[in-house]
Amino acid sequence: MINFLKGKNVYFIISCAIIVAGLVAALVFGGLHFGLDFMGGTEIRMNIGQSFENNDIAAIVSETVGKQPSIQKSGDTEVSIKLEEIETEQRDAVVEAIKAKYNLSDNALLEATNVSASASTKLLTDALKAIGIAVIFMLLYITVRFDFKSGLAAIIGLLHNVILLLAIYAIFQIQINSTFIAAVLTIVGYSINNTIIIFDKIRENRKTNRRIPFAEVSNTSLNQVLVRTINATITTLLTILVLYIIGIKSIREFSLPIIIGILIGTYSSICISTPIWVLLGDKKRRK
Amino acid sequence: MKAKSILGLVVTILLIALLLFTAIFGLTITNPITGEKYYFPKALDENYGVKRGLDLVGGSIISFEADTDNPSAQDMNAVSAVMRNRLDSQGYYDATVAIRGTDTVVIEIPSISNPEDAVQMLGATAKLTFRDSDGNVLMEGGTDVKSAAYRYGQTSENGNMQHYVELSLTPEGTKKFTEATTTISQKASGSNYIAIYLDEEMISQPQVSEPISQDTCIISGSFTEASASALANQIQSGQLPFGLKESELRSIGPTLGDKALETSLLAAGIGILLVMIFMLLFYRVSGLVAVIALSGYISLVILTVSGYFSFLGVSGTLTLPGIAGIVLSVGMAVDANIVIFERIKEELRAGKTARAAVDSGFRNALTAIIDSNVTTIIAAIVLGMFGTGTIKGFAWTLAIGIVISMITAVFVTKYIMKLFLNLGLKKPSAFGVKVAKEVQ
Repeated sequence: MINFLKGKNVYFIISCAIIVAGLVAALVFGGLHFGLDFMGGTEIRMNIGQSFENNDIAAIVSETVGKQPSIQKSGDTEVSIKLEEIETEQRDAVVEAIKAKYNLSDNALLEATNVSASASTKLLTDALKAIGIAVIFMLLYITVRFDFKSGLAAIIGLLHNVILLLAIYAIFQIQINSTFIAAVLTIVGYSINNTIIIFDKIRENRKTNRRIPFAEVSNTSLNQVLVRTINATITTLLTILVLYIIGIKSIREFSLPIIIGILIGTYSSICISTPIWVLLGDKKRRK
Repeated sequence: MKAKSILGLVVTILLIALLLFTAIFGLTITNPITGEKYYFPKALDENYGVKRGLDLVGGSIISFEADTDNPSAQDMNAVSAVMRNRLDSQGYYDATVAIRGTDTVVIEIPSISNPEDAVQMLGATAKLTFRDSDGNVLMEGGTDVKSAAYRYGQTSENGNMQHYVELSLTPEGTKKFTEATTTISQKASGSNYIAIYLDEEMISQPQVSEPISQDTCIISGSFTEASASALANQIQSGQLPFGLKESELRSIGPTLGDKALETSLLAAGIGILLVMIFMLLFYRVSGLVAVIALSGYISLVILTVSGYFSFLGVSGTLTLPGIAGIVLSVGMAVDANIVIFERIKEELRAGKTARAAVDSGFRNALTAIIDSNVTTIIAAIVLGMFGTGTIKGFAWTLAIGIVISMITAVFVTKYIMKLFLNLGLKKPSAFGVKVAKEVQ
């Protein structure tokens, strides 16, 4: 039997270290790497249908709207043009100019996105609101089904997952867009799954083993559900990994945080939430 | 007992196979007596299948924000009515208009190749004003014009054939028009004109040489057929109560949308197959039960998403994140099975018979499954309520997935497992338990 609880201080230190590293990275890089959805701006993706020079496209854009874009090539023939928010007439002009230059049809425009700064602030506040509300309802549900301390432990684990994910995104400066919020909420919903399964086992074992210390019961329970925890993580990861490998850009942007989040969630349900419940609920222990 | 169980198993598998076949290929049944044909469309049927979101078919999502503080709900409804008119006048009948929050209107137009034109057409306030040479507003489109129509013909005797817009005026408009033309016709040459503005753009500046007292007037200028009919449509659709600011545009070309659907379906298929192989390897016969139940689960989800159960009030649009939601819910559906199977293994190791182990395994796993799924449903519902656009699509499929997975994982798996028990399944190794003692 593995003694998971013995190393709890090590886990706490590891998690704290990653979070601190994330904070440092955020300070160094000037925060998270927010994408268009949060910063506002314009992105136009087109299929040029032939090889092209980034500089040519940049020249067309700056000539048309007088602003310097950032140009990114994906594949041989696709281009992504990003620049600060511009008006619809100007976007139209850019697309038309590129179409004229490379003799393209309407189908050449793959994607056009424009987000104003006000829309992006709304998105962020809505997201925080959604997470807050979800957390409150979950806490309520767990308190009713278990007790308040276990609810608190589960929610701390949950917030730990979200913060750790953000820290990793800060350290590696991975771009964050609106789908990231959906991914975070998925993690909020899913990673608590593991915690609940473990807590359910602890709840059950406590009923039948009233004499045994809480910590010991918890550790036994962790071991009993270990195979389930690992297998459930593997099957979920299998599906979402394939999505990440085969999927197109927006799907990859969405599945990456879920993959990281599922891994963090599995770790935290064993190494964070359970030890915290034990710490919170261990007062009655006989010395 | 055995024969009955074999029959039950065969019927169950055939039923699931039928559901899966319908979901993937569609089904046509002919009534042998009347010869009537009943068509059950496949999920990807172009017309009757799953409603695809804009990210899968291509199209534009345009959000406009009111350029004023605290617009009234009444004004926002007026905005949405004007948008509807403008969309219809351009032939975008499939487009949807929705008000979001208190000051934003969101328009979704499928399969549109020139999104910027739509933004300009929809975003214009379209306030028509008639002004004199000093810039005083004499008449306004909103109150004084009854209707507008595109015309082609001579606007004066011996004039050239041209494209123009004819306005019919309201009684009040007619009165104002008579007064205005009377005053202006007396002005000195060079300032005896009426300037017609659409928003802040002057579109025509006819000279007035005598009072005109009729209930129609025309706007002519250097119009083409397209520009004249566009102007007529714009005036006819009505003006907005206030200006709008474009706050968001997301436009996806049709080629990208097709590719998105193709690759994500392929990914979903491969992912599900891998999960099935894993379950078979790890849980043996139980794994087989899970695979059968999972097939049933997948076909039910596909049929639900395709709108087969819309009579229950469950229908919606499949988006790219929605596919991810389904894939994720597959993981969760299997999770419920894993919880149960691990429970059964535990009971078997404790020395229970297969039948007793299955019974208590299902019973004991139930609370864990319900509790863990309810928390996920809470997250999905919150997402559905506060999320926007494609995120809503994700929340929707995730919620459907969880509910159906709970049903199939608990009831369908249990039923099939019982059938296998009746057929003589009892060796612990069949459940994936490694028992050294079993070799005797």
